[in-house]
Amino acid sequence: MTLLELPEDTQAKIVSIGGGRGAQQQLRELGLFPGDTIRLVRRAAFRGPLLVECRGTQIALGRGIAAKIRVE
Amino acid sequence: MRIALVGQPNCGKSTLFNQVAGYKALTANFPGTTVTYTLSRVSLGREVVELVDLPGTYSLAGANPAESVAQSFLLERGVDVVINVVDASLLARSLDLTLELLDLGLPIVLALNMMDEAQRKGITIDRAQLSAALGVPVVPLIARKGIGVRELFATARQAARQSARPASIHFSRDVENALTQIAAVLDQSLSLPPRLAAIKLLEGNAAMRERARAGAPLALTQAERFASELVASRGRPADAVIASERHAVALNLFEATATVARAGAADWRDRMDDVLLHPVGGYAALLLILFLFFQFVYGVGRLVEEPMLTLFDGIVARLAVALGETTLAFELANGVVSGIAGGIAIVLPYLVPFLLGLSLLEDIGYLPRVAFLVDGLMHRLGLHGKAVIPFILGYGCNVPAVMATRILEEPRDRVIAATLATMVPCAARLTVVFGLAAFYLGPVAALGIYTLNLIVVALTGAILTRLMPEATPGLILEMPVYRLPTLQTMLAKSYYRVREFVVVAWPILIVGSIVLSLLEFLQLDRWVNLLLAPLTGLLGLPQAVGTTLIFGVLRKELALAMLRQALNTTDVATVLSAGQMLTFTVFIVFYIPCLATLAALYRELGRRQTLGVAALTTGLAIAIALVVRGALWVVGIQ
Repeated sequence: MTLLELPEDTQAKIVSIGGGRGAQQQLRELGLFPGDTIRLVRRAAFRGPLLVECRGTQIALGRGIAAKIRVE
Repeated sequence: MRIALVGQPNCGKSTLFNQVAGYKALTANFPGTTVTYTLSRVSLGREVVELVDLPGTYSLAGANPAESVAQSFLLERGVDVVINVVDASLLARSLDLTLELLDLGLPIVLALNMMDEAQRKGITIDRAQLSAALGVPVVPLIARKGIGVRELFATARQAARQSARPASIHFSRDVENALTQIAAVLDQSLSLPPRLAAIKLLEGNAAMRERARAGAPLALTQAERFASELVASRGRPADAVIASERHAVALNLFEATATVARAGAADWRDRMDDVLLHPVGGYAALLLILFLFFQFVYGVGRLVEEPMLTLFDGIVARLAVALGETTLAFELANGVVSGIAGGIAIVLPYLVPFLLGLSLLEDIGYLPRVAFLVDGLMHRLGLHGKAVIPFILGYGCNVPAVMATRILEEPRDRVIAATLATMVPCAARLTVVFGLAAFYLGPVAALGIYTLNLIVVALTGAILTRLMPEATPGLILEMPVYRLPTLQTMLAKSYYRVREFVVVAWPILIVGSIVLSLLEFLQLDRWVNLLLAPLTGLLGLPQAVGTTLIFGVLRKELALAMLRQALNTTDVATVLSAGQMLTFTVFIVFYIPCLATLAALYRELGRRQTLGVAALTTGLAIAIALVVRGALWVVGIQ
């Protein structure tokens, strides 16, 4: 499933990260790599972004990007 | 000796810089506060060194213009030693950049900043082991409190003198093989460490490819060949392969040198987001915070403005008696006093509380939360939430707001965000809104103008994004932990920003007032006003306000500060009706950005865009002022 479908306050392992080259690079820079465990902290209202946590860093991700991250 | 501070965004480089150089670099708790470098000469012991505060960069890839600044400075500006500042509480992630820096071939000192925060998170770091593994000195630091600063710089100077070059990390065999072969072809042809250049070429770094195209075309073809080989064998692009391997090394290094105890009990920091980012409560909190902020600025400003104006009016009245009301001497003295009064009585009472409040919100770390809350709404404008940071900065001053658009990756997003940022009512315009509309008509008038402004900015944004359609990749923004700001930093920062008004704007205001006095004495103001009569007539304003519109282009606060003098009254309400005040304020809020903002726009976007923005805002200002005038007429407000 994609990160978008992950329930709130649940952990999951990143399987793959898709999307544009620039976005992929930005995610790597923030420490998101396939194999990492991340937690979905919360979602914003109005179809807003998701807040995820990975190794102590919280990152806000837009829905378009979250849809391209596969987790399990 | 030149020392460069390098590190990921929001790790405290500027805080460290300010500890040593005095408050010269703006700091705040959100990633991307510094978008250009600040250089300062500081004396350390008996030696004077050049200290450079570089924009935060997650890697040396240069994803946005702010990051490219850091990258090219490191490669080209003869840095003697790099201080790699890392947020120790985020060490695992920060080591990726540290490992990348090793290839620069420069002496490096690792500064583990925010040790107190790391401790709170239960992270213990074995410094000796980390230092041995990396081959660089490691110094603990709490820059905010100035702890460890002295030792850090002593270590950095020593490292520079010994010019110790740390060893770089090893990638897997196929990558190493490619790097060796590219580096062999490169040799010194790019006047960079060959291994560094080889890595960048293999990653497909745009800037490095450009360099190689001219200086080492053979290496470029080599790199392209190896890159496609890697894609074939690993199934991923070369930059992803390299980054993943580096990341794996970083993680191993972290696990070998740091231990993470079970985190302590959740404290206020962890609970605050439950309220402030709540799907319903978050927006209520946002509105409440904005309302309180607004009330604070209005309350303080009004408390000071009234008695101050009375005081200065008394002085002018006495001068009129002493010097004679129609003499040149009185006109000049009146100009000087009006200029000083404009600063003390009208601008500063609103500016100071506003800047204090803004500092508080910035340093606590609330701004990225606002970006999170409004991202969904911003998408309907075709921008993502990160673009909200330039907007919020715009409420302080449009110049840093325009510069802050450098944190956006897409050129098209930068154009739209910069254009919209110039329409955000800055602190100078705030003084007009509060000092005129709110002061005479009550806080509701100010609230109305701000709401109107938000709507116009949103509509303009929606139209601009339709004109330049392109899918934005979406928001990727680090959410920093809340930090309790120190009073000292807040005061230093507010002072730093107020000084900009005192040093730059106030002299212009005083000279402007004297010029206006002279114009009035020589009866030349009439011609200026006559020239602008078609505009002022159209807006239903007295001709005499014409000159203030001209001065308002220099600095927006001048428009109001000089209004009393231009109208020749101590009580604007006796000359201007409520409707005229509102029309005037709305026009001032929207028309042409001030000179400093135009200059910043010119630097960021070029001449065509700048002229475009000037034309757009003036057109908008006239249209909106007319609509407001019409609407007021309909509801019966003259």
